[in-house]
Amino acid sequence: MPTFDRRLLYHFDWTVFSLALALCGVGVLSVVSATWGGRHHGLDPLVVRQLVWVGAGTALMIGAALIDYRVLASYAYPFYGVAVALLIVVAVAGHSTGGSRRWINLGVFNLEPSEIAKLAVVLVMVRYLREDPPKGGWGLKHLAIPALMLAVPVALVLKQPDLGTGLILILITTTLIFVGGLNWRVMAALGLAAVLAAPAAWHYMKPYQRERLVSFINPQSDPLGSGYHIIQSEIAIGSGGKWGKGFLKGTQARLNFLPEQTTDFIFAAYAEEFGYIGTMALLGLYAALIARGIWIARHSRDRFGALLAVGFTGIIFWQVAINVGMATGMLPVVGITLPLVSYGGSSLIAMMIGMGVMISVNMRRYLF
Amino acid sequence: MKKFALRGRTRGTPRLGPRIAALGTMIFIVLGIAAGRLYYLQIIRHRDLAEMADRNRIRILRLPALRGLVFDRRHRPLVDTKPSFEAAIVPEDSPNLPATIARLQKLLGVDGLQKKIDDADDQGRPDFEPVIVAEHLDWPQVVALESHQLELPGVNLQVSPQRHYLYGSLAAHLLGYVGEVSLKDLDRLPDYRMGDEIGKFGLERSLESTLRGAAGGQEIEVDAIGRRLRLLREIPERPGDSIVMTIDLDLQRTAEAAIGDRAGALVAVDPNTGYILAMASRPAFDPNIFAEGISPSAWRELATDPNHPLENRAIQGTYPPGSTFKIVDSIAALMDHSISPDTSFFCPGGIWFGNREYRCWRKQGHGHIELHRAIVESCDVFFYEVGERLGVDRIAAWAHALGLGRKSGIELNNERAGVIPSTELKERRFHQRWYPAETLSVAIGQGYVAVTPLQLAMMTATIANGGTLYQPQFVREVDALDGSVVKQFPPIVRGELHIDPQVLDEVRDGMIGVVNAPDGTAHAARLDNIVVAGKTGTAQVVKEAQGVRVKENALPMKYRDHGWFIAFAPADHPKIAIACIIEHSGHGGSSAGPVVKQVMEKYFELYPPQNARPPAPSTAPAESAHVEPLDE
Repeated sequence: MPTFDRRLLYHFDWTVFSLALALCGVGVLSVVSATWGGRHHGLDPLVVRQLVWVGAGTALMIGAALIDYRVLASYAYPFYGVAVALLIVVAVAGHSTGGSRRWINLGVFNLEPSEIAKLAVVLVMVRYLREDPPKGGWGLKHLAIPALMLAVPVALVLKQPDLGTGLILILITTTLIFVGGLNWRVMAALGLAAVLAAPAAWHYMKPYQRERLVSFINPQSDPLGSGYHIIQSEIAIGSGGKWGKGFLKGTQARLNFLPEQTTDFIFAAYAEEFGYIGTMALLGLYAALIARGIWIARHSRDRFGALLAVGFTGIIFWQVAINVGMATGMLPVVGITLPLVSYGGSSLIAMMIGMGVMISVNMRRYLF
Repeated sequence: MKKFALRGRTRGTPRLGPRIAALGTMIFIVLGIAAGRLYYLQIIRHRDLAEMADRNRIRILRLPALRGLVFDRRHRPLVDTKPSFEAAIVPEDSPNLPATIARLQKLLGVDGLQKKIDDADDQGRPDFEPVIVAEHLDWPQVVALESHQLELPGVNLQVSPQRHYLYGSLAAHLLGYVGEVSLKDLDRLPDYRMGDEIGKFGLERSLESTLRGAAGGQEIEVDAIGRRLRLLREIPERPGDSIVMTIDLDLQRTAEAAIGDRAGALVAVDPNTGYILAMASRPAFDPNIFAEGISPSAWRELATDPNHPLENRAIQGTYPPGSTFKIVDSIAALMDHSISPDTSFFCPGGIWFGNREYRCWRKQGHGHIELHRAIVESCDVFFYEVGERLGVDRIAAWAHALGLGRKSGIELNNERAGVIPSTELKERRFHQRWYPAETLSVAIGQGYVAVTPLQLAMMTATIANGGTLYQPQFVREVDALDGSVVKQFPPIVRGELHIDPQVLDEVRDGMIGVVNAPDGTAHAARLDNIVVAGKTGTAQVVKEAQGVRVKENALPMKYRDHGWFIAFAPADHPKIAIACIIEHSGHGGSSAGPVVKQVMEKYFELYPPQNARPPAPSTAPAESAHVEPLDE
C-alpha cells in the first residue's frame, strides 16, 4: 500500500461525497415517511437501522477513497472468488424470505451477497478490460473469459431467484465491454442474438416472472394481482402532483396501498409526498452524480481508473433507470433498489464503497 | 502496466473518450425520458390519479334520509316510518364463516345466505363491508339473533326505516307505495343508489322529491386491507319534508266503508277550492306489503286480479257518464238558447230516429215534459230532443269546458283523459263522418262518452261554485320536520265558465229536485237538515239489444250497468261536491246515492254548516273543535 500523501486531502472529491450523502438523506426521509404511523410511535426501527447503514457506509466510502484504486487490480480476482463463494453459500444455506433465498444471516444483520457480487463483477471486468483493445476492438474470442466470469454469478443470482440483480450484472458488464472497446460488428451481432433469444428467455422464466411481464404490458389484466403494484405505484406518483402531498402526508404509502414502499417502490412513496418538484430534484441529484462519474472517467489518468468510474456510474444509472422505469410503469416489475435511497444495508454499503472508489480515482489523477 | 492513453494510438482501435461520451449521451437521453414520464404522471394525469388515490382510501357510507311523513288535513298522521330489522354479516370478522352462516340460517329459518355474500363479492364488495343477508326480520327472529349474538361472530343487527301506512289500505291509491329503485331508474336518477327506496305510485311517486330529502354521507379513511381508520368528513342527511293532505281521514274512511266490498270509486272535493276531501277506489291493496318487499308471486296475484285492485278508479277508470251528462246538455242548451226553461217536449217512452227507436228509461213515457222535470225524472226523450237541437259539437264544447274528456291536472301519474266525442274527433280518429243518430246516445251520456269519477266530481264542483273549474289538488301544505311551512298550495283555477246565474239556478233546481222531489231519482240520498242537489246516472256496460229489454237482475254480474251519483250540498252555499260510481250495481240512485249520502252526513257532522241546524251534540268528535275552515 502506498504511503499516504497529504495532497490527497486537498484533492478529495467533495462533489461525489456530498451528492452521495444527499441521496442517502433523501433515502432516510423516505424511509421515515413510509414507516410513519405504523406499529411504532415516532421513528421506526427501520429508520434507525438505515441511519446506522448511512454512518457505516460513509466511513467505508472515505476508507475506499483513501485506498489507491490501482491496488484493487491485484485484489480483483480474489475478491471475485469470495463473492462467488458467498453466492454459493446463499444457495446452500441462505436465509429465505418471501419465496426467495437471498441473505446470509450474520446475527447482527443479513448480508446480501448479490450486492457484493455487483462490486466484484465491476472490479473483475475492469481488471480484464484495462488492457488496450486490439485493432478493431474486442472481438468475440476476447469475450469468452468475461462471459464466463459473468455467467457464474448471474446463474447463482437467478437461482435465488433475483432477476433484478442478474439483469444489473449483465447490463453493467455490457456497458463496460462497450466502453472498453467492443468491435462494432460483434456488438451488432450480439444485439441481434439477444433479440432472437427473447423467446427462449420467456421459456425459462418462472411463472411469477412471466406474470409480471404480462401485467406490465397490460396492468388492468389483473388489477388485484401483479398489475396491482404498477397501478398503485402510478397512482402514488401521479397523485403527488406538482408540489406533492407533503412530508408524512402520502396516503398511498402510509395506508399500505403501495407495495415494498421502503425498498423497490420507495421512489413512488417519495414522489407522492414531494411531487414533480421533488422527483425532478431527485433525478437532478442522480444526474449530477452520474455526470460527475463520467467526468471522472474522462479525466482519469489510466484506463483502469476510467473504467472503474464508468462501472460504478453505470450501476447507479442502470438501477435508477430500471427502478424509476418500473415505478412509473414504463418497465416490468423487477426487484431493483433505488441506489443510495432504498432501505437495505448491503445495497447501501456496496454503493457507498463504489462511490469511495470513484473518489479515489479522481483524487489520484494529480499524483503521478 | 501499459501506458494509458485516452486516444488510441492505432487507427481503428476504439478510443475510450468517445465511448464514454456515447454512454453519457445515452444515459441523459434515458433520464430525460424518465423526467418526461414523471411530467406525464404528475402534471398531466395528476387529477385522475389523485382521484384514484382518494377512491383507494376513502370509503363513502351513505346515511339515507328519513322519508317525510304524510298527514291528513287535520295533521293526523297517515304515513310514517317504523324501524325494520335486518341481519348484516361482515365475512372478514367471522373466523369460521360457513359455521356462522349455518348457525344464522338455522336461527332465522332462511337459507341462501352464502349466495348473497357471493353476489356482493361479485359486485366488488370491499373487505370489511357488511353484507345484508336478511331483511324485514320479525320479532322472534330479532330476539333469536340478539340472544345468540356470541355464537355469531361478524353478524350484526341493523335497523333501517321502513315505510308504514298507518291505516293499511286506506286511501291506498292516493298515497301510493314505495319500492326499491329499479335498474332502469338508476340510469336516469344520479342521486339514487342501488337499494334506495323510491315512490312508485300515487303521492309517494308524484311527491318523491319532497318526501325523500337528501341522503347524507360519511367519508371514512381506510387502509389497504379495509380497516376503518378515521372519519374524514360527514354530511348530515336532510330528512324529507312532510306533506299535509287535503283529505280528511274520517271522511275517507266513511267513503271507503260505504263502498265496502263493491267495486267503485268516490271523489269528494271542496267546490270552492278544488281540494280533494276524499278519494276512494275499491277494491284496494295494502301498500305496506310493498314496503316490506313484495314477493314476485304476491305481485303477480295483485297485478292480474280481475278486479284490478291496483288501479285508481277515481282517475284511471273511464266510464260512460250516463244521465249525469244531462247536466251538460242542460247548461249547453240553455246557454245556447236552444231551449228555454219552459220548452216542452212530449215523451211517449221513446222516439224514432232514422230506422231505430231510442227509448226512454220509463217505458210508459213522461208525457209533456219541460227541463226541470226532465232533470228530476231523468227523461231520456227530452234530452234526445235537446241533443238533436244542439248537435254533438256544442255538447262536446260544454263538456270540455266543464272538464270532461281531458285530464284534470291532478298531480298523480296514470290519469286518463276519457273521451268526449265530436265530429272532428271521429273524423280524426276513425276517418268517419258523424251520424246525427249518434248524437242521441251522446246526449244521454252513452256511446263513446267516457269520463273519470274525478272529472265528474270537478264538473259537479263547478256547477256548485257558480262556474269556476278548479284543478283538483290533494296537498295543502308541505311542512319541514320542525313543523314550519315550506310551501303552500293555493287553489288553482283552470277556467271560468261564465255561465249565466239564471241557467245555473235552473240546473241546480233540477238537481235539488232529483234528491228532494217525490218523483226524484235519488230520493235515497236526501238529508234531513241540509238540502242536497244531485243527479243520478247509469253507465251501460253492454248496448241493449235492439228492442229487447232485459231485466238487470237476469244479467251476469259483469254485464250489469254501473250506477252513478253526483251531488253537492248545501245547495245554496255548497261546501262539498261528490261523484260516486258503483260498478255493476244497476241504477245509480239506489247504489251510489246512499254511499254519497253517508259521506255527506259524515262531512256535515265533521264540519257543521253555520246556517244549518247543528247535529246531535253527542256525535260530534273531539277533533272538530279545532277544524280549520275549508276554504282557506
